[in-house]
Parts: sequence; structure tokens; C-alpha cells
Amino acid sequence: MSLITVNNLVRYYGDHRAVDDISFTLSKGDILGFLGPNGAGKSTTMKMLSGNLAPNEGEIRIHGVDLLDHPKQAKSEIGYLPEQPPLYKEMTVDEYLAYCARLHYIERNKILGSIEQAKERCGLMAVGQRLIANLSKGYQQRVGIAQAIIHSPRIIILDEPTVGLDPNQIREIRDLIVTLGNDHGIILCTHILPEVEAVCNRVQIINEGKFVYESDMKDLSFDSSNGLHEITLLHPPAVEELYEVAEINKVEQLSPGTFIVHTTNKTAEDIVNATVANNWGLIKLVPYENSLEHVFVKFTLGDEKKSRKTKP
Amino acid sequence: MILNIARRELRSMFLSPLAWTVLAVSQLILCWIFFSQIDVFFSIQKELTTLPNAPGVTDLVAAPVLEIASVMLLMISPLLTMRLISEERRNGTLTLLLSSPISITEIVLGKFMGIILFYIILVGMISLMPLSLMLGTELDLGKLASGLLGLLLLLSAFAAAGLFLSSLTENPVIAAVSTFGLLLLLWIVERSSEAGDTVGVFTYLSLTHHITPLLRGIVSTVDLAYFALFITTFILLTIRQMDAERLQG
Repeated sequence: MSLITVNNLVRYYGDHRAVDDISFTLSKGDILGFLGPNGAGKSTTMKMLSGNLAPNEGEIRIHGVDLLDHPKQAKSEIGYLPEQPPLYKEMTVDEYLAYCARLHYIERNKILGSIEQAKERCGLMAVGQRLIANLSKGYQQRVGIAQAIIHSPRIIILDEPTVGLDPNQIREIRDLIVTLGNDHGIILCTHILPEVEAVCNRVQIINEGKFVYESDMKDLSFDSSNGLHEITLLHPPAVEELYEVAEINKVEQLSPGTFIVHTTNKTAEDIVNATVANNWGLIKLVPYENSLEHVFVKFTLGDEKKSRKTKP
Repeated sequence: MILNIARRELRSMFLSPLAWTVLAVSQLILCWIFFSQIDVFFSIQKELTTLPNAPGVTDLVAAPVLEIASVMLLMISPLLTMRLISEERRNGTLTLLLSSPISITEIVLGKFMGIILFYIILVGMISLMPLSLMLGTELDLGKLASGLLGLLLLLSAFAAAGLFLSSLTENPVIAAVSTFGLLLLLWIVERSSEAGDTVGVFTYLSLTHHITPLLRGIVSTVDLAYFALFITTFILLTIRQMDAERLQG
């Protein structure tokens, strides 16, 4: 059974159709990257999935239970970290987590155990007695995640969990998400593309309330034939030579040694072979066409460009 | 679950200086009133002995203390209730409650219960002053109980109104000002009908009209029903408001 089944979800803000007929499913072990530009309807969708906002139309099933008909039962399977972590800053980490545990009807004698487990997973063992207000932003974010996993939900929804963190903290949070992905289904909502590339196994791009792109990450990263490649060469030849030898359609030169090459019938492997055969000293090759950034820009900016063109 | 939320509410109140300040300030002012009333009582004690059916120490000391307490808490209560829901909304912690497997009714009742627990402590401390008179004299405990019940009911009504207005906004100050306005209006609304001698609708709505008899020791079902309706109405309105917010966002 899939953990989340969403059918034809619609949500209006006034006349504005913020979420427009979206459907998707989430299975166990999935880490789903939910991508979109600001204002695309990401957070609105997350609020609806967590029961904070009622949809105007559509159906949300959490592990087979309808969220609107049986909210209590459905909500107990969800851990939600909103954009702004819901922390009571005047409490200590332990007090706060104990309160969260009680809110989720964890039995009295199991509360301590679940707090310890959540703290251990989020690296909070050393700060249990400290006031949340005195913790750094990174630690507060971790407390937010600990809150979302304390009742061992089947589904964890994380809304921009790494915003405002330093690179080390971001790395730690990402590692944590990957670990959690082993036994939970996770929806990671973000507009940071490398994050999705680093942790997710599926990606969905939402724009103006609609899904515009959907793919498994492995299809995205390996399917790089007939595309663009950025190459950097230590001993670059003349541009004309590049055309000829590597049978490339178009070359853009970015700097003396860096080119973007367009091919239709060559794979990355062919390019490598050509550069090696000519001793150009290839030091970098990045497939471009299907990189997430390219896809993201294509699907979310494309509409805008089109609509700009149609306007006089 | 209701108790759970109430307990956290009470805890966080005592973690901030606000609760302590309120307890200290109200205790200080009421102490002043208490001693000055005792002074008055001593100065007229001789004349009282000559009167048939003279008012006792409960009427002359305890009742005025409770009356001053009710006016003072009219001003303080909005400051205590203003952050109940508005601050949770502002800090984003409301999300935690809304995404937990609990109903909105439980959230609202929990919040209400939390503030009532604090008011029980407050009324308990206020009652210690009149009760200390028992060391030297006899008190009319029935009258005192009626007064304390009245004060608690009044505070519950203040809390229910404050809870509702706090659910309407994200800004605690707006919640406080509007609560204070509403309570003060209900406090003075009786004035408009003073001209006529019939008991009008304004008199019926007035808080003062219903609290004064209780504070003086007269318990009537009408007054109890008034407070019960008052509290229920505002709690239901709060639940409705929170529900509407989920639907309309």
C-alpha cells in the first residue's frame, strides 16, 4: 500500500487557484523531492498533507486512511516540519520533545525511550537540558526534525529543512534525511536543487499549482545522451577542430579552456574518447541537458518566457 | 489531551515573569485594600454593635476586597489571555498542535483550561487574606464561598472572551486591546439603562449586574446561567473561528 495517495487536489486562496489538480503517490523508502519556484504551491500542498489546511477539492489518503474523514488516525502517521520550526523557545529540548510525544499519545512508559531515540538520531544528545531559545539555528532545526520523528511516523514531511544553515549543518541534515529514508517515506520540499540531487530518489516539479515534471532521479542523471555537455580542456584545440573531430553540432566557448558542446548523436563516452585520442587533456565533463537545474529552469521559466513573448 | 495542553500552558506562563508579576501586583494591591478595610472596620466597630442586623466582618472586609479584585482583574486579564492563540500563531507553534492527532476542540479547551488553572491559583491566593481573619474572628464562610465562586466565574468569562479575541489575530497587543474594550463595555453597559427603571437587555448583558450579587453572597441561578452561557458562547466561537481558518486559510 502506498503511504500517501493524493487525488486531484485543489486549493483556492480567494480566486487564486494556488494548487491546481495535483495527484501523486509516495511509497515506503521513497525520498521525494518536491521542487518549485517560490509561490508555486509547495508549502500549500504540504499544509494540506499535514492537515493544517483543508483542500477545496480532492482526496488525501494517508496509509489508506482518508485525512479529511479520519483526521486523528491519519495525522498520527505523519511527522511534519513546517518552514518555521514549531518550537516553544522557553522550554528545554527534553521538555519540548516530551510534550510532542504526549501530543501524539505515546504511552507514558515509552515517552523517555522515544525521546532518547529521536535525540540520538538528530544528534541532540548533548543539548537535552538546554533551552531551545539558546540553541543555534542548526540545532533548532534538528529539534524541529526530532519533533517530526518522535512518534515514528510512516511519513515525514520536511518543508525547506536546511534554510539558513551553514554548509556543515546542511551536510549533516542531509545525511540524517538519507538515514531516515530507509524506514520512512519522506517528502522533501525545497527550492535548493543540489539538495534534491544529493538525497532524493524521485523528483516532482510544481509550477503555478501544477506538476510540470516528474522523474526518478536515476533516469535524470544517467540519461545524458544527445544533450549538452560542458567540457574543460587543458590543451584546447581551435574551435573549428572541435567541430570536426568530435562531430559536434555547435560549440560555445565560455573561457579559453571551457566549452559547451551540443551533440545530437554522441554520448558523453564518445566525447571522452575523442578528447583522449587528440590528447586535449580533458579535466572536466558535465552533462548539461538533463541536469536538474536545466530541467527546473526549462519547466518553470519556460511558461514565463512564452507568456512574455505572447504579450505585445 | 486537554489537560496536557493546559499543563504546558500553565508551565509556560510560570516560565515567563508575567505570571509572577501578576500574582505579586494583585497580591500587593489587594493587601492594601484589605488592611484599609480592616482599619475602617475597627473605627466603626463601636457603632456597629448598637445596630440590629449589622453587617459583619465578611461584608465589610472580604466583599470589598473581592470587588476591587474583580475590577483590577478586568484590566489584567486581557494581558494574560492575549497570547493564548495569537502568539502560537505568530511563532508557528500552532502548526504543531494542528498537525498532531488532536481535534481543534481539544486545543481550544486545553488553552482555556490552562488559563483557568492559573486563575484558580490566583483566586486561591486572594482568598488567603480574608481567611486569615479566621485566626481572630468568625467569618460567614457561605458568603465568602459565594464571593470566591463569583470571582472565579467572572475570571472564566474574561478568559473565554480573551481566548476568542486572541484567536482572531496574530498580534497579541491587538488581542489585548480588543479584549479590554469588550470587557469594559460589558462592565459599563448597564449605565445606558439606568435612566429607565425596567430591566432592559443591556442590564441583562452587563457583567456587573450579574457579578455584584455573587460577590455580596447571593447565589442565583440566573447569574450562574449567565456566566455559563457567556463562557460557552465564546468557547464555541473560538472553535468555529479556528475551524474556519483551516478551511479558508
